[in-house]
Amino acid sequence: MSIFVNSATRLVVQGITGRDGSFHTRQMLDYGTRVVAGVTPGKGGQKFEEKVPVFNTVAEAVAATGADTSIIYVPPAVAASAIAEAADAGLKFIVCITEGIPVVDMMKVMPFVRETGARLLGPNCPGLISPGQAKVGIIPGNICAPGRVGLVSRSGTLTYEVVNHLTRNGIGQTTCVGIGGDPIIGTNFIDVLGAFQADPDTDAIVMMGEIGGTDEQKAAAFVKAHLTKPVIGFIAGQTAPPGRRMGHAGAIISGSSGTAAEKMAAFRDNGIAVMERPVDVVRLVRDSLGK
Amino acid sequence: MNLHEYQARELLRAAGVPTPEGDVAATPAEAEAIARRIGGTVVVKAQVHAGGRGKAGGVKLAATPAEAKEQAGRILGMQIKGLTVQKVLVVPAADIATEAYVGLIVDRESQRPLLMVSPAGGIDIEEVAAKTPEKIFKLAIDPRYGLMPHQALGLGFRLYADVAQARAAAQIMTTLYGAFMANGASLAEINPLVTTPDGRVLALDAKVSIDDNELDRRPDLAALRDESAEAPAEVAARHAGLTFIKLDGNVGCVVNGAGLAMATMDLVKYYGGEPANFLDIGGSSNPEKVVNALRIITSDSQVKAILFNIFGGITRTDDVANGIKTALAQFPVKVPIVVRLTGTNEAEAVKILQGIGMTALSDMDDAVQKIVALAREAA
Repeated sequence: MSIFVNSATRLVVQGITGRDGSFHTRQMLDYGTRVVAGVTPGKGGQKFEEKVPVFNTVAEAVAATGADTSIIYVPPAVAASAIAEAADAGLKFIVCITEGIPVVDMMKVMPFVRETGARLLGPNCPGLISPGQAKVGIIPGNICAPGRVGLVSRSGTLTYEVVNHLTRNGIGQTTCVGIGGDPIIGTNFIDVLGAFQADPDTDAIVMMGEIGGTDEQKAAAFVKAHLTKPVIGFIAGQTAPPGRRMGHAGAIISGSSGTAAEKMAAFRDNGIAVMERPVDVVRLVRDSLGK
Repeated sequence: MNLHEYQARELLRAAGVPTPEGDVAATPAEAEAIARRIGGTVVVKAQVHAGGRGKAGGVKLAATPAEAKEQAGRILGMQIKGLTVQKVLVVPAADIATEAYVGLIVDRESQRPLLMVSPAGGIDIEEVAAKTPEKIFKLAIDPRYGLMPHQALGLGFRLYADVAQARAAAQIMTTLYGAFMANGASLAEINPLVTTPDGRVLALDAKVSIDDNELDRRPDLAALRDESAEAPAEVAARHAGLTFIKLDGNVGCVVNGAGLAMATMDLVKYYGGEPANFLDIGGSSNPEKVVNALRIITSDSQVKAILFNIFGGITRTDDVANGIKTALAQFPVKVPIVVRLTGTNEAEAVKILQGIGMTALSDMDDAVQKIVALAREAA
């Protein structure tokens, strides 16, 4: 098993003929992901790599191919619209890789996404991979291996670093999920932690956070209240300089400075084993599983 | 991107928020002319992106135009928290009856613009929030409907018992919300929102930050960026498509991805070193970015050793190796370099580095321990 995507996932790629979209679609096809359709307005009727049909709209792609999941690689100015289009076409899982979407656009599109019942992952995220089943996004397939550890992270390359340590030491993964680092994201730590808790094939969870905001503290409280599986945590940014913040609103709203020390303490207080270094993940996961 | 006070004032004024008159000056003579036009006592305020301007002597009263000229001469060129004052704002010294706070921010939790108001505004607003949170009133605005009139008036009454003042405050909140959304702000704050003895409601000071992601489609806002108010190396980095923040240590770091960059700095510290910077070369790795990264880092004389930590995904490690090769051919780097790379096209990258007599490590901990030792020897 796995969460969110698996070998049955039928994927439509929005922006399939673009520079990033075409490159990563080839990688996903090579990995074995079932890419059933692509969308680029004006290129409907073409075939990508002589096998994936391209449509003008997501609705046409869904009607013709039965796609159930979308991945978005379109430029930031049109990305929020692409998210809305996917939700409107009835897709229930939408992954947005695009970096640099204006926050105002995201605030406007999120209520619509929620109304349709779709789950958005990202934006500004590396997507996710269920090793051996499906890669939806840009996480390199060769550093992952099938197994029983779930991983959720706010960052990209730092995730690769940790997954790589796990795989090299014989610890495979059910699913690795990058939730993205933007202020407005569709899926947060708590959503993914809940999904891993419900997945019978996930035995332990690795959670990788960063400085800023209070999502990690809330996730830590959620772990204590709702999870029975062991959780191992990491926070990047212990040496990051205090943000040159402006105005008072940020401090008023959270009452928190969002430092690494504060987040690591929240992890420890809620029974999460804290990694000091990325490499510690191997020892802590082994300890948590008693092997 | 943070706006200066005078820019934020102009933005809100253009949207219809009532502010006292006043203007910005780059020379003492200009300040004198503005003071003469305003008449009466004025305040001369340093325009820098730093808090605590008043305590640093950057905000002064002037009773006459001549005094305004003199104060502007003193403040212009002054250093506040390492930033040189290039401009001053000259505004009338307002008679203040009360001070309130009105702020709007992107709220991660509700995923909406959050409006916060308090009748206890002024410089101690954070203390008010911490000690007497019941004096802060918050409303997450649904962007589908905007700030509805009854919501704005309700908050207006939280600030003022007088209905005329409550209506004036509600109008200001509505206008502020409109400007916030129309300009893609991440923060818009009026502190203090004052009442004058004759009963008017005015925005005395304003802070606005624009979401960086908005600037590509808004050249008018991008043009407000004041590069003289930023560290030169950070400006150079932005022009080169890099994210760079200078720190006080001596281990230079070049990393792909913000999370890995922070984790690398943390690991340098873990092994007893001090990172000299945060530098993210981003996802795509054209070799020119690496050349620029090395140029920026080596311009810091404190740097005693440079670490590359590259985990290739979208980033091709051979591009990074080629960038290092090109840079070393263009300008001498006198400090030791340690390269850790793994991932996409690793074998090609190792070959390129071997061709210029360098080796590459594949383990992050090994590389960090090595660079910390080299920095210590050189220090």
